[in-house]
Amino acid sequence: MPREARTPAEAKGKVPVTARQLKFVQALNEALDLCMAKDPRVFVLGLGTPDAAAVFGSTKGLVDKYGPRRVLDMPVSENAMTGVAIGTALRGMRPVMTHMRLEFAMLTIDQIVNQAAKWHYMFGGQASVPLVIRMVVGRGWGQGPQHSQSLHAWFAHVPGLKVVMPATPYDAKGLLVSAIEDDNPVVFIEHRWLYNIHGPVPEGIYRVPLGRANVLRRGRHVTVAASSYMTLETVRAADELAGEGLELEIVDIRTLNPFDETPVVESVRKTGRLIVADTGCRSVGFAAEVVTRVVEQCLGDLKEPPVRITLPDLPTPTTRALSNYYYPLVRDITAAARRLVGRPPKPEPAIKPDDFLDAPDPTFTGPF
Amino acid sequence: MAPATRTPAPDVARRMLRAIMRIRMIEERIKVLYAEQEMRCPTHFSIGQEAVAVGVCAHLTREEPITSAHRSHAHYLAKGGDLKAMLAELYGKATGCAAGKGGSMHLIDLAAGFLGAVPIVGSTIPIGVGAALASVLQGSPALSVIFFGDAATETGVFHESLNFAAVHKLPVVMVCENNLYSVLSPLSCRRPEGREIVQLAQGQGVWSRQGDGNDADVVYALAGEAIDHARAGRGPAFLELTTYRWLEHCGPLDDRHLGYRPPGEYEAWIARDPLTRYAARLRERGLVTEADLEAMAREIAAEIDDAVTYAKSSPFPTRDQLGAHLYAS
Repeated sequence: MPREARTPAEAKGKVPVTARQLKFVQALNEALDLCMAKDPRVFVLGLGTPDAAAVFGSTKGLVDKYGPRRVLDMPVSENAMTGVAIGTALRGMRPVMTHMRLEFAMLTIDQIVNQAAKWHYMFGGQASVPLVIRMVVGRGWGQGPQHSQSLHAWFAHVPGLKVVMPATPYDAKGLLVSAIEDDNPVVFIEHRWLYNIHGPVPEGIYRVPLGRANVLRRGRHVTVAASSYMTLETVRAADELAGEGLELEIVDIRTLNPFDETPVVESVRKTGRLIVADTGCRSVGFAAEVVTRVVEQCLGDLKEPPVRITLPDLPTPTTRALSNYYYPLVRDITAAARRLVGRPPKPEPAIKPDDFLDAPDPTFTGPF
Repeated sequence: MAPATRTPAPDVARRMLRAIMRIRMIEERIKVLYAEQEMRCPTHFSIGQEAVAVGVCAHLTREEPITSAHRSHAHYLAKGGDLKAMLAELYGKATGCAAGKGGSMHLIDLAAGFLGAVPIVGSTIPIGVGAALASVLQGSPALSVIFFGDAATETGVFHESLNFAAVHKLPVVMVCENNLYSVLSPLSCRRPEGREIVQLAQGQGVWSRQGDGNDADVVYALAGEAIDHARAGRGPAFLELTTYRWLEHCGPLDDRHLGYRPPGEYEAWIARDPLTRYAARLRERGLVTEADLEAMAREIAAEIDDAVTYAKSSPFPTRDQLGAHLYAS
């Protein structure tokens, strides 16, 4: 990641600036390892967590260190296992549940929404559910309609849940540590296309607070509020536009619930222009929530109508001949920014049906 | 821990009788008070089903966790849940066991090991299994007991939970109170003819027994066996205890006019009333006298009077509590 990916805390020297580069997935792995080493109440469960593939490497080595009880494989019984995790949490454990695709967590909505999210409130604050549920959002290589959905807005709609979507290796580690140490159920959504991204990651335990957005890059002209993989796409767009003297201010949302709207609103007060780049579908999505908060608080500062860059309201097609036109690209962000500041559109080569846009980088060779 | 005995000792039998009588009298009082329309929450009465809760909980330590579902009053009370806090909860008061935010369908008393009750059928089954897994992870001897009804065995999560508990030989006892109805739907539309609920658990390789849930001694004996099995690390145990709901599914009324109960069924089950049956048995054995029973009833009535006064005179939560307890910190 570029230098600007550092958090303000790091920039101010509150955490050690590190030259050590880790992949996003290694940062997740390190967070799990450190939390398990520090706190015997922490354990990991999920399909394949102790196996050789280790959930794309995120749980690698943990079973050797902590044993099969604390890195618990499970029957394909997602709903019950979420309840089991809740039960252990109510009895003093700190489970971290893992779903290799967000869709698998769809089977557990009762336990997440009716039980985990409500338990503290509906019992008058007497008990809480310190549970982290990791969900991986897939993309590319024909993941198709049931291995690619980014339904973070659903979870963010439910009072009592916290919803986190890291975009950098630094935040992946720091937010996962905070999520595990939090006394509430946290839905921790990881984008598969971020797993191989490198970035500075300090050694040892550090925390990135939940419920805080982060100004990833300062800029004067257009505010882009983004999360997860769209934050990375926005950084790429900002790099491209910087060469043209067009500055994006990037606010990485990081936590969708509780949503820290202040940095977005403050940024729009300065730039007067807002793009929201979201990995979800358009209608009733999280981008709409961001726009609403801005409109409610600083409508008068907006020089142009806000722009949402999202998926269309369609299921994900499998063939790249269609998915090439389904996912927003860096060019969609740059085009929107140019339009908002009144610059002419830049001609781009047409996307062809057989272009290989279905992998984040050449190392990604499927199958999932 | 010493093996649970199969026949309750005299003092245990007397305590069980008192517990059944107490639950019955509390429920009968709630029935009367409910008509005042001040208890404004859906309430599922346990009348007729008390012996299951009492016979099982008689074996448990105060700390050991149990979970329940929508019809939870008997389980809460049998486990030692606080009566004042329960009634205050039904009235929506700040002093309620869930600070008024739960109501009858969301009882909790952590000090008594009552981990929680929720009205989504089947939902607390995996949570109770998780409590057992926590015991294993923590090296604790605590057993977990899960109470649910016949309809819960029709959920997927029941089968998933049973399987997982069996895979890991978890110290958990699942107690199915088969009261023949899911709301008004009879078993005949919910399971194939000739297949017993207990066979589902047997099919999962789980130690299972079936018995008369309206006989406190039978429940006590079966629960003792089940608990010994689970405590010994031999894996989960499953009990199907047949019983009968006297009142409507939800609410304090007699619903026989709806006609869904076959002729004679209700009367046959009333004749097997767990309270009168157990009281008669203990009298025959010379464990209680008529005077003892009257004294018990007087004491319980006084306790209920106190609790009702406490609940009614307790304050409602203040408006600032609306936003409290969203997140734990």
